[in-house]
Amino acid sequence: MVEFILSQVEQGVMTITLNRPERLNSFNDVMHQQLSECLKQAERDDTIRCLLITGAGRGFCAGQDLNDRNVDPNGPAPDLGMSVETFYNPLVRRLARLPKPVIAAVNGVAAGAGATLALGCDMVIAARSANFVMAFSKLGLVPDCGGTWLLPRVAGRARAMGLALLGDKLSAEQAQAWGMIWQVVDDEQLSSTAQQMALHFVSQPTFGLGLIKQAINAAETNSLDAQLDLERDYQRLAGRSDDYREGVSAFLAKRTPNFTGK
Amino acid sequence: MSELIVTRHGRVLQLTLNRPAARNALNNALLTQLATELEAAAVDGDISACVIYGNERCFAAGADLNEMAEKDLPATLNDIRPQLWARINAFPKPLIAAVNGFALGAGCELALLCDVVIAGDNARFGLPEITLGIMPGAGGTQRLIRSVGKSLASKMVLTGESISAQQAQHAGLVSDIFPAPLTLEYALKQAALMARHSPLALQAAKQALRQSQEVPLQAGLAQERQLFTLLSATDDRREGIEAFLQKRTPDFKGR
Repeated sequence: MVEFILSQVEQGVMTITLNRPERLNSFNDVMHQQLSECLKQAERDDTIRCLLITGAGRGFCAGQDLNDRNVDPNGPAPDLGMSVETFYNPLVRRLARLPKPVIAAVNGVAAGAGATLALGCDMVIAARSANFVMAFSKLGLVPDCGGTWLLPRVAGRARAMGLALLGDKLSAEQAQAWGMIWQVVDDEQLSSTAQQMALHFVSQPTFGLGLIKQAINAAETNSLDAQLDLERDYQRLAGRSDDYREGVSAFLAKRTPNFTGK
Repeated sequence: MSELIVTRHGRVLQLTLNRPAARNALNNALLTQLATELEAAAVDGDISACVIYGNERCFAAGADLNEMAEKDLPATLNDIRPQLWARINAFPKPLIAAVNGFALGAGCELALLCDVVIAGDNARFGLPEITLGIMPGAGGTQRLIRSVGKSLASKMVLTGESISAQQAQHAGLVSDIFPAPLTLEYALKQAALMARHSPLALQAAKQALRQSQEVPLQAGLAQERQLFTLLSATDDRREGIEAFLQKRTPDFKGR
């Protein structure tokens, strides 16, 4: 079987590499299915405490492989909603719900669903030469993979409109200047920086980090009242974790805590 | 381990469905135990409210299909199951369903029968009977439509598709949603809050709420007033109002 997704688990970090470098790692159905299998493992395996997503070769991900979407000018209109519903939406939902940090190491161009996928990860680190292209509008399409939800939240409405309607290239540095991503590093530093961050996360109280992530995601749609209730609930859960106990006793004993993620 | 675990928390009774291998499928034996426990609790003056719970991943995923498959028309006609449901429904004190995970088919009907449904964020409600060539047989078509309205109830019954806790809350099937690990705890808190009130007032109020589904508004208002009048003859009413005026906690005796 062709491996369109490479995945390895090391020291608690699952690294997923989108691997169709000759097609700028654009998605086809088989690649989606392989990615889905990896996510299943990430969801079930408690020893995996951080997910790191990157691309093979010079690009991060060019979104949907348009070669898979040959449009016959005389045929019936294609149902693009089908692949959104079958593949992209479950992918976005699963990454958002995964109760552990997801890092995107954007090594090169991230276009279309590749861009919105990257921007939707919890921590986005980009190589200086990388860029984000909301290519959808130039094909007559709508940003999917969470794009229209995400862009106004990470960039603000005016910039989201500009990005989505113009469909131009956005440099990694501009994305950082606009607060859309966490960090830009020199190209040769990308891999080690992302790795370092991932290794940091696997030593942290993963259960608590998962709750933080869920709470911040929930805040996007909650009222203040609902969010305050949610904070009460999550704090109650966090207070029962082993890691909270360990964190407090390590603090009082002035030693380094040894978090298990539970 | 018993298939129905009975726990007491002060004046609150907790009944835990415990057939995890069958995803808490409600067979006749389990429904009988539920009915029996509730009947005992109904006459137990030390119990004010009851919480029915499954586990963190499942409330009850339906009826027992093996049990149902054996029954032909005559056997179904004379099934004791409707009587078991009626016995459960006759419980006169507040009944709370604490629902995590699947409440499907009979599980959903059990939740609908309860006065209050508190759901975990992982809860799913549905009546998939139609996919089996049957239909809801324990109130699913009647109670659901009264709580969520025609369109959603019909969609659920006719497609067999389930809805999330959020949808169920928007539609009015569920009062509160909590993270799944806290559902039971918060349901017990709600029950404890109810249990602080006068037992007779709870029963009368529940009866009035129930009757709102049975009779026209004018008759309902008349019955409400009768029940209201009934409470005026209780010691607890005097105690409740006195305690309020004296700014102290009331001490209800159930009479």
